[in-house]
Amino acid sequence: MVFARSSSPHGHAPLDTGAVMRCVLLATLPGLVALTWNFGWGSLINVVLASLVALGLEAAIVAARGRPVLFYLRDYSALVTAVLLGLALPPLAPWWLVVIATLFAIAIAKHLYGGLGYNPFNPAMVGYVVVLISFPVQMTTWITPRDLLAEGVSLPGLWQSLQIVFPALGTPELSDGFTGATPLDAFKQYSGLLVEQIYQREPLFNQAEIASYGWEWVNLGFLAGGVWLLYKRIFTWHAPLAMLAALTLMAALFHDGGSSTSGGSPLLHLFSGATMLGAFFIVTDPVTSAASTTGRLIYGAGVGILVYCIRVWGNYPDAVAFAVLLMNFAAPLIDNYSLPRSYGHSRRRKATEKKP
Amino acid sequence: MRKIWDIPGGIHPPENKTQSLGQGIATLPLPDILILPLGQHAGAPAKPLVAVGDRVLKGQLLAEPGGFISAALHAPTSGTVSAIEDRAIPHPSGMSARCIVLLPDGNDEWCPHHGVADYRAASPVALLGLIRDAGIAGLGGAGFPSAVKLGPKQPIDTLIINGTECEPYITADDILMRERAADIVEGVAILAHILGNPATLLIGVEDNKPQAFEALEAAARGTAIEVVEFPTKYPSGGEKQLIQILTGKEVPSGKLPADLGIVCQNVGTTYAVQRAIVHGEPLISRVTTVTGRACGRNGNYEVPIGTPIRHLLAHNAFDAARCARLIMGGPMMGFALPDIDVPVVKTTNCILAGSHDEFPPAPPAQACIRCGLCAEACPASLLPQQLYWYAQSHNLERLEAHNLFDCIECGACAYVCPSNIPLVQYYRAAKGEIRQQDAEKKKADHARQRFEFHKARLERAEAEKAAKREARRLAAEEAQAKVAGDAIPASGPGSADDLIQAAMARAAARQSSPEQQQAKLERGLEAARNRLQVAEAKLAEGEGEGLDTEPLDRLRARVEEARVKLAEAERKLAEFTPATSPAPSATAARVVDKLQGAPRDQLERSITTLRERIATTEAKIAEASDETIAAALRNGLDKQRAKLRDAERQLADLGPADASPEQPAADAPTLDAAAQAIARAQAKAEAMAAMNPLEKLDAALEGLDQRIAKARDKVAAAEAEQSEHLDTLRAALDKLEAKRADTARQRAELAGQGAH
Repeated sequence: MVFARSSSPHGHAPLDTGAVMRCVLLATLPGLVALTWNFGWGSLINVVLASLVALGLEAAIVAARGRPVLFYLRDYSALVTAVLLGLALPPLAPWWLVVIATLFAIAIAKHLYGGLGYNPFNPAMVGYVVVLISFPVQMTTWITPRDLLAEGVSLPGLWQSLQIVFPALGTPELSDGFTGATPLDAFKQYSGLLVEQIYQREPLFNQAEIASYGWEWVNLGFLAGGVWLLYKRIFTWHAPLAMLAALTLMAALFHDGGSSTSGGSPLLHLFSGATMLGAFFIVTDPVTSAASTTGRLIYGAGVGILVYCIRVWGNYPDAVAFAVLLMNFAAPLIDNYSLPRSYGHSRRRKATEKKP
Repeated sequence: MRKIWDIPGGIHPPENKTQSLGQGIATLPLPDILILPLGQHAGAPAKPLVAVGDRVLKGQLLAEPGGFISAALHAPTSGTVSAIEDRAIPHPSGMSARCIVLLPDGNDEWCPHHGVADYRAASPVALLGLIRDAGIAGLGGAGFPSAVKLGPKQPIDTLIINGTECEPYITADDILMRERAADIVEGVAILAHILGNPATLLIGVEDNKPQAFEALEAAARGTAIEVVEFPTKYPSGGEKQLIQILTGKEVPSGKLPADLGIVCQNVGTTYAVQRAIVHGEPLISRVTTVTGRACGRNGNYEVPIGTPIRHLLAHNAFDAARCARLIMGGPMMGFALPDIDVPVVKTTNCILAGSHDEFPPAPPAQACIRCGLCAEACPASLLPQQLYWYAQSHNLERLEAHNLFDCIECGACAYVCPSNIPLVQYYRAAKGEIRQQDAEKKKADHARQRFEFHKARLERAEAEKAAKREARRLAAEEAQAKVAGDAIPASGPGSADDLIQAAMARAAARQSSPEQQQAKLERGLEAARNRLQVAEAKLAEGEGEGLDTEPLDRLRARVEEARVKLAEAERKLAEFTPATSPAPSATAARVVDKLQGAPRDQLERSITTLRERIATTEAKIAEASDETIAAALRNGLDKQRAKLRDAERQLADLGPADASPEQPAADAPTLDAAAQAIARAQAKAEAMAAMNPLEKLDAALEGLDQRIAKARDKVAAAEAEQSEHLDTLRAALDKLEAKRADTARQRAELAGQGAH
């Protein structure tokens, strides 16, 4: 009688990587619903297109590496990258933009470094930044929220949206004037005005409940998803909370009483742009963030501060992607110096300690 | 309510304990063979005291402790020792070890034994001796000899009894606490007495064992023992973790709980101590849980040590086909057994025969996504994801910086890992690597030390030899100097004389006999001829290959040189006459001049020589046929001109010719004396050259006679003074006389010859 020779432990928790990723995908749904409701079919098309490209590309690369394709697809990591990318890209972006972004994210930012777990940079953010810098026009064309459209103007329907994304399908009959700036865009435009003057002018702001119309719901949706993920203990609170807290602090510090040089209120920053998406879905990407909880606090805080700096004093209206990539650079350094204090030691050690 | 603390991390795997709690502690029929490994405890294996064929009684000592950290081994039942050989033992490696094989005779006959009447009257040392003699080791899993652990040098203020049993499936301690709580409490009292009555006595029980808790509480009522209940979490039962829960203190890394004044013992060990002290029974059986769905019946049994697992499983309707894994211990830290013929040992708390649905094969590991769930679960607050990363890349330095050796290998990290990575395996392997590296480094350091000492020793020996040689040489020189100094009339300070002597000796040595000189010249001629031949051959080759003019010219130049040299060699040989050249005196004179001549004279002489040489060189250049030769000669000429300028400058620096000689007046008489001696020698040499052989011999005889006379005088003087050189002088005299006799004989021969 010979029995299986295995090493302890012999039991395992029911959790697996695919399950973790599926939870993350589920958590993006509220935000996706809010996006679709306010801005039309664009985001959904982006997400579907990016997912298809990502899965196909990952399958091809994994097969080229001589590994079992389904085993690698089943961890859902490519799908998560694609969905996050699709959510970040502007709705109704041309198909080739989405494809290029996904290509860079999956093939270059992920597989060139060795695949899942080995990439130093967040793949979705790499894809986003590549197309942001390469195609600035397409990347800064956003849509006015549905309820703020002028009389007679409506968001493109599904077929029209498809025709916009895939011009090969034909020229759509569109109503004019459904494009519009994002709230951070708008805030940056009116550089000489006082904050309340901006708020008076822009329906984006004066129709809103807390920050900006439409976009606040998107951010609230992502916040809800993030809180659910916290509840499911998919990740710890340290990184997202540190990012949001740092961003709030910076915005409060430089709010300047609403003068013309103000960077914007904390609420504006928290609920505009990709803040909540970044806090709960990008910053919490485990592969590219710090290892220990202290490290994650530092990492998150760094992202928050950088987001504010680039938004207010940089050229780009939104900065989550750049901030995250910059902190990805710093993550190994943070890891070296944020070891936890282990049992039986009086203080935390440094990873660079040499044996005496 | 006593305050309790929480440990960081931890997991809550499904407990699976109810299956084996259906019955109380049961007994098994005796097996037909008992296999007793000699090394069932931590430390040195026990040394057998019985021989094959011996009949033993139950409880009889079979093997004594093999060292300080070791434990004894006793017969679990009466029977015959059938063998002492290597058998398969329950160990993760699957290796064999020395075992005593016992065949029970079925009588189960006890050997005479008795306990201590009142342990409170006995001394702790005596009680420790009894525990050691009883072969008690830690029954919680590590098997550390209890007599050693209970005799710490540090003062102990807290005794903790570990009734936690945090691993799933295992219920051995639970059932023991339920059924034998009174004995356990008495055991705690005994331990407290041994440890000098620590202030705090605690029994820790998890809250998933309410009946055990109540039983213990009832038994401990009225004593100083406090039974503490705390929330169930794996791995609270680890010694370090239990100490943290009950006292809030952390055992410093690399140290023992005794350093904090704490001793921790398992309830099973405590019970065994009570049986040993109060009843005199050595450790020969233990409570073991048999569980898992591959066994039809699950329960707890009081199993004699050495019972083959096969017997245990057979009693519980074991179905091998259903069994996926046979584990000794629990699912988190137990190890898989290769087969069922291994015996139960002192540390076997559970046999888990898991079915395929209980223990499905582990799915293949995926990439680590650094989710950090492992770090959240780690009770030692480590970073398992970093340890895994560095273990994979064999970065041993980083592993140690991340506190790899603080890992208790509880398996919580691997349990929660969503990618199914077998993390603990990597840590065990990495720890092994580091230990091996340390052992090799120690060896290398030791070897280096030995080499350095070896080198130093050799150097010292060399230095000693050299010193001895020096000393000997100096002594010999002294002796020689003494002898030489006495033979020649000392005419002033020895320095000039010595120099002259040395110079003459060198010249004499250099001067070879006429035959040797001729041979040398002939050899030189031969060599010159050879060189010419080679050069001509090369030239012919070059011309044949059709080289450019430049290399051809070079070859031709070489041929010319060779011819010139050959001509010179022939001339020298032709000129050579076997006459005794006045070389010694000439050489001596030159040497003397060089050493003693006034700087002014020296310079003037060198200027003259240089001028002559320059003239010769210029002449040679003029008649040089070849460009290359001419160029070489011109080079030489430049150097000579430079030397001439130098010498003229030095002469000018010296000043007018009438400057007083720089040599001290004291040297003047020496010079005169030396010059006189030289003059004498020169005269003699000339005279010798002019003489014929017969006259030479006559002169030699005369000289010898003179020397012999002097030597005789010396010997007489030495005899008078009783000098220590007497023997040397006598020997010298003898030599001279022998030489004289020889020379006389030669002269006689020559005269005789001449007459014919």
